[in-house]
Amino acid sequence: MDFEKLLPTLIIFAPTLGALILALMPKDREDELRYTALATTVLTFLLTLALLPLFDMDNKDMQLTVSAEWIPNWNINYQLGLDGLSLPLVLLTSFISLWAMVASWSITKQIKGYLILFLLLETGMLGVFMATDFFLFYVFWEVMLLPMYFLIGIWGGPRKEYAAIKFFLYTLFGSVLMLVALLMIYFNSNHDGRHIFDLLLLADAAQGSEGLLDPVLQTWAFWLLFIGFAIKVPSVPVHTWLPDAHVEAPTPISMILAGVLLKMGGYGILRIAFPLCPEAVGEGATVMVAIGVISIIYGAFAAMAQTDFKRLVAYSSVSHMGYVVLGIGVVGVVAANTDSGYVGSDTWQMGINGAMFQMLGHGVSSAGMFFMVGVVYDRVHHRNLNEFGGLAGKMPLYTGLSAGIFFAGLGLPGLCGFIGEVFVVLSAWQFSKLLAVLAASGVILTAGYILWTLQRVFLGAEYRGPHEEALTPMLGREKIVAGVLLAFAIILGVFPNIMFQYMVPAIEKLTNGMAGRLAGL
Amino acid sequence: MLASSFNSLITGFTESIGGDVLAFLPELILCGTVVTLLLGRLFSLDRKIPSHWIALTGTLVAFAFAFSNLYALGADAYKDGEAARIFSGLLLNDGLTCFLRLFLLVFLVLVISLSVLSGIPDNEDGPDFYTLLIGATIGMILMSSANHLLMLFMAVEMASVPSYVMVGFLKGRRPSSEAALKYVVYGAGAAGVMLYGTSLVAGMLGTGDLQQITAALGTLFADESVGTDMSDAAIRTIVLGVMMILVGLAFKLSLVPFHFWCPDAFEGAPAEVGGFLSVASKAAAFALLIRVAQQLTGLGDLAIPLAIGLGVMAVVSSTFGNLAAYFQTNIKRMLAYSTIAHAGYMLMGVAAMLVALKKGETALAADCVEGVLFYLVVYLFMNLGAFGIVALIRNQVYSEEIEDFRGLASQCPWLCVALAVCLFSLVGLPPLGGFVGKFILLAPIWQAADMGLHWTMGALVAFALLNTVFSLFYYIRVPIAMFIAERPEGAREAATDSTERVFVSLLTVPILLLGMTPMIGKLSQAAETVATDSIIQPDDQHSSSTKSHPSE
Repeated sequence: MDFEKLLPTLIIFAPTLGALILALMPKDREDELRYTALATTVLTFLLTLALLPLFDMDNKDMQLTVSAEWIPNWNINYQLGLDGLSLPLVLLTSFISLWAMVASWSITKQIKGYLILFLLLETGMLGVFMATDFFLFYVFWEVMLLPMYFLIGIWGGPRKEYAAIKFFLYTLFGSVLMLVALLMIYFNSNHDGRHIFDLLLLADAAQGSEGLLDPVLQTWAFWLLFIGFAIKVPSVPVHTWLPDAHVEAPTPISMILAGVLLKMGGYGILRIAFPLCPEAVGEGATVMVAIGVISIIYGAFAAMAQTDFKRLVAYSSVSHMGYVVLGIGVVGVVAANTDSGYVGSDTWQMGINGAMFQMLGHGVSSAGMFFMVGVVYDRVHHRNLNEFGGLAGKMPLYTGLSAGIFFAGLGLPGLCGFIGEVFVVLSAWQFSKLLAVLAASGVILTAGYILWTLQRVFLGAEYRGPHEEALTPMLGREKIVAGVLLAFAIILGVFPNIMFQYMVPAIEKLTNGMAGRLAGL
Repeated sequence: MLASSFNSLITGFTESIGGDVLAFLPELILCGTVVTLLLGRLFSLDRKIPSHWIALTGTLVAFAFAFSNLYALGADAYKDGEAARIFSGLLLNDGLTCFLRLFLLVFLVLVISLSVLSGIPDNEDGPDFYTLLIGATIGMILMSSANHLLMLFMAVEMASVPSYVMVGFLKGRRPSSEAALKYVVYGAGAAGVMLYGTSLVAGMLGTGDLQQITAALGTLFADESVGTDMSDAAIRTIVLGVMMILVGLAFKLSLVPFHFWCPDAFEGAPAEVGGFLSVASKAAAFALLIRVAQQLTGLGDLAIPLAIGLGVMAVVSSTFGNLAAYFQTNIKRMLAYSTIAHAGYMLMGVAAMLVALKKGETALAADCVEGVLFYLVVYLFMNLGAFGIVALIRNQVYSEEIEDFRGLASQCPWLCVALAVCLFSLVGLPPLGGFVGKFILLAPIWQAADMGLHWTMGALVAFALLNTVFSLFYYIRVPIAMFIAERPEGAREAATDSTERVFVSLLTVPILLLGMTPMIGKLSQAAETVATDSIIQPDDQHSSSTKSHPSE
C-alpha cells in the first residue's frame, strides 16, 4: 500500500500508537512520558502537513480516499477521505493538540493517565474529521467522549464532577438523537440493492432526482441531526454544558474543547445534516439563522455579566460560534445554466466560507484566550476579574501577547476573527436585514466585553488580588505557545486565502449540489 | 419370533440413536465430569487433584468436542427442520443449539477460571460447587435445545435447582441464606405456574412438541365453531397456558414484574455466582423464549397483542431496572438491576421477532434473533467482566460497596480500567462491544417500525435509547468513585497479581475487539446464519425483505 493511501490512517492512529507506548512506560518517569507524548503530537502534526502536497486544492471532491470492509453484512466500511471542508479542520486539530500538549506541562497529577487520555482524544477528533462512513463517523464522534469526561473529571477544577457529567450527558443525548437519524437514513437508503452508510453515496442519492428520504422523514432526520450537532456547537438553548465544562477543565483541555471540539458541531452540520437532508434545510433556514443570532447576542451579554475570567471566555465561545450557525444557515439559491438549473447563491457560499473561516479563527483565538487565562491562573490561583488590574506593569510581555490574542477574538481587522465575522454578517444582509443588523451589533457587544476585560485585568494602577508576589514573567514554554498562537492569528487575518483556497471549491460543490433540491420547494 | 423382533427394535433404536448421541456428546462429557467429581470424593481423589482441574478439564474436553464437531463439519454439524430433531424430537440439534452450546461452554470455562482465581469455593467445597455449576450448565444447554414442553420444564428445573444452592453457597452468611431462600420460593412458584401452563397447552392441543404447536394452534383457530376471540373457553385456556409458560421464562429472565428475587439473590450470592446466573441462565432462557415465541404466530389475531405485551414488559423492565439501579449503594445489587434492564433490551428483540414473523417478514425476524444472539455474546464478556472484577476487588478490600471503591485506580489501575471498560460497554458507548451489540439489536426493530409493521416498534427503540442515557447515571458512579475520588486514609491496600491481570484482559479485550475490529462482521454473520436457520419458515408465499434487499 502506498503512502498516500496509508496517510489518513496513520494520522488518525499515530496518537493511539503513542498512547500505547505511554501505557507501557513506567509512571514515575514523568519527563520521558511528557516528551514521548509531545513527540507524538509533533509527529501527528507533521503527518497532517504531509497532506498538503498530496491534496489537490482545485479538486472539489473527496481526496486521499481509503475504503476497507469493516462489517460487511451491515455494509459498514472503514472509509476515510479529505476534502476542502475537512482538511483545514484536520490541520487545526493537530495544530491545537500540539500546543495544548506543550501547555500540558502545567499538569502534574497522574501525568501518565492524562497523557494517554489526551492522545486518545486526539485520535477521536481526527477520526471525526476524516470519516466518510456515517457509522464510522458516529463511532469516532463518541470515542472522544470518554477521554474528555475523565480529563475534565479527574484533572478539573473544584466542580469537576458536575461539569464532567453534564458534558457527558448533553453529548450522549445529542448522539442518541444522531443515532435515530442514522437508522432512518440507513434503512431508507438503497444502493445496488443494499442499505448504505457511505456519506458520499448518501449525499448523491439525497441530491439526485429520486431523493433519499421523503419530506416528512427528512424534516425529522434534519432536526434530530441539527440538535445533536447544535449541542456540540453549542447554540443557545443547548449551550449550558459549555460554561461549566470550559471553566472546570484544566487549561490545555479548555484549549482543545474550544479550539477543536466545538468545530465538530459545525462540521457535522455541513458534512451530514445538509447534504443528506437538502429539502429540510430550506424550511429550517430561518430557524437556524435565528438560533445563530440569538447565540451571538445572548453569548455576548452573558459574557459581559461574568466576573470569572474563564467563564467570560467560555461565553464568548457561545457568541462566536453563533456566527458559524448564522453563516451556514443563510440559505439561498439562484437560477443558473446548469443541469439542475440552480446553484447556491453567492451570499450563501460566502456565508459558509465565513462560517468555516470563523471556526478556524475561533479555534486559534479561543485556544489562545484560554491559554492566557491559564497562565495567570497558574500564578495567582484565582480568576475573579474584579481582583485583577495592573498586570501590564508586572507582566508586560504577557499583556502584549494577551492583548493581541484577545483582539483576534474581538474581530479586529487584520486578525483572524475579523474575516469570518465580516463574511457572515455581509452574507446575512441578503438573507434578512434585521438579522444582519443584530449580528453586527454582536460585534460591538464583543468589543465591549473584551475591552472591558482588558481594562479590568491589565490596566489600572495596581494589582488588587491575592498572591501578588506570584506574578512572575512568562516562562519560555508559555511564551512559545502564546507567540505561536498570536502569530497564526495574524497570519490567518492577513492571508485568509491560505485557508480559503482549500475550502471554496468544496463549499461550491456542497451548495450547488443541494441547490436543485432546495429550489424544488 | 418375539426375540428377533425385539432384536430388530434394539438395532433400529441404536442406529437411530447413534447420531443423536454424537450430537449430545458434549453434554454427556459434562455429565461424566459431574460423576467424576462426586466419585472422586469417595476415593479421596480431591485431596490429590484439586477439583477445579477436573471441572476445567471436563469442560474443555466438552468444548473441544462441540467445537471440533462444528469446525470439521461446518454447517453440516447441525441440521435444519426435521433432520435437527434428536431423541425422537425431544431435543433439537440445530444452529441455535450449537451456538448456545459453544457459548455456554466458553462461559463455563471462564467462570471456573474466575472461581479458581477468586478462591470461591475452597478446596473442601470444590467438588460440590463444580458439580452444581456444571449441572446447571447442562440444564441450560438442554433449555436451549428443548423442543418439547416436557423438556422445557425439565431443563428449566435442571438449570434452576443447582442455581438455588449456588446462591446460598456461602453457608455461614445470613444474607446468602436469605437470598437462596427467596430465590427458591420464587423459583418454586414460577415453576409451578409454568408446569400448569405446559399441561394446559399440551392438553388443549394434544401435543407437546414445540414444532407442532403452530400447526395445532392454526387448526384450533381455523375451527369456525371455536372463534378467534377471548370469549371462547378453548381460546382462553390456550392463552392462559401460553401466558403461564411465559411467566416461567420471565422469572428466569428476571423481567419486571417477576424480578423481585433478582437483586436480593445477587446481593447475597458470591459475585462469581451472580455473574454466572446473570449471563448463562439469561442466554438459555432467551434461546428457549425464541423457540417458544416463534410458535405463537399460530395464535391468530392474538399474536400481535401478545408481542406488544412482551414489548411493554421489555420497556418496563429496562426502565425500571435502570431507575432502580441508581439508588443502590452495593455494586452487586446495582449490577442486578442492570441485568434486569439488559434483559429488557433483549426482550425487545424477541417482541419485534414475533411481530415480524406474524407479518410474514421472516428475514427481518431472523435479523431480530441475530441481534439478540450478538448482544448475548457481548453481554457475556461485559457482564461476567463486571461481576468478575467485583469479585477480585472484593478479595482485596473486603467490600462490595461502591463507597469502598473510592480511589482504587491509584492502587490497581488494571482492574479499574477493565471494570470501567465493562461498565461503559454496558452503557453502550462506542467503540466498545456494547454499542455494536445495541446497534445490531435495535436496528432491525427500527426497521420493523420503518416498514410500518407496527408503530410500537419505533417506541421500543426510543425507550431503549432513552434508557441508554438514563443508565449512564448509575454506571458512571463506579468510575467516578474509582478514578475521581481520593482513596480515604487508612483504607485497605489493593494490589493485583499478573494472573488476575491476564484473566481480566481475557474478558475485556473481546469487548474491544467486538467494538472495533472486523470480528464484528464475523460474529454477526455467524449469528445471522444461526438466526436464519432457527426461524421456522412458514409457507414461502410471503416474500420478504432483508437488510441487503431493501423493500423498495
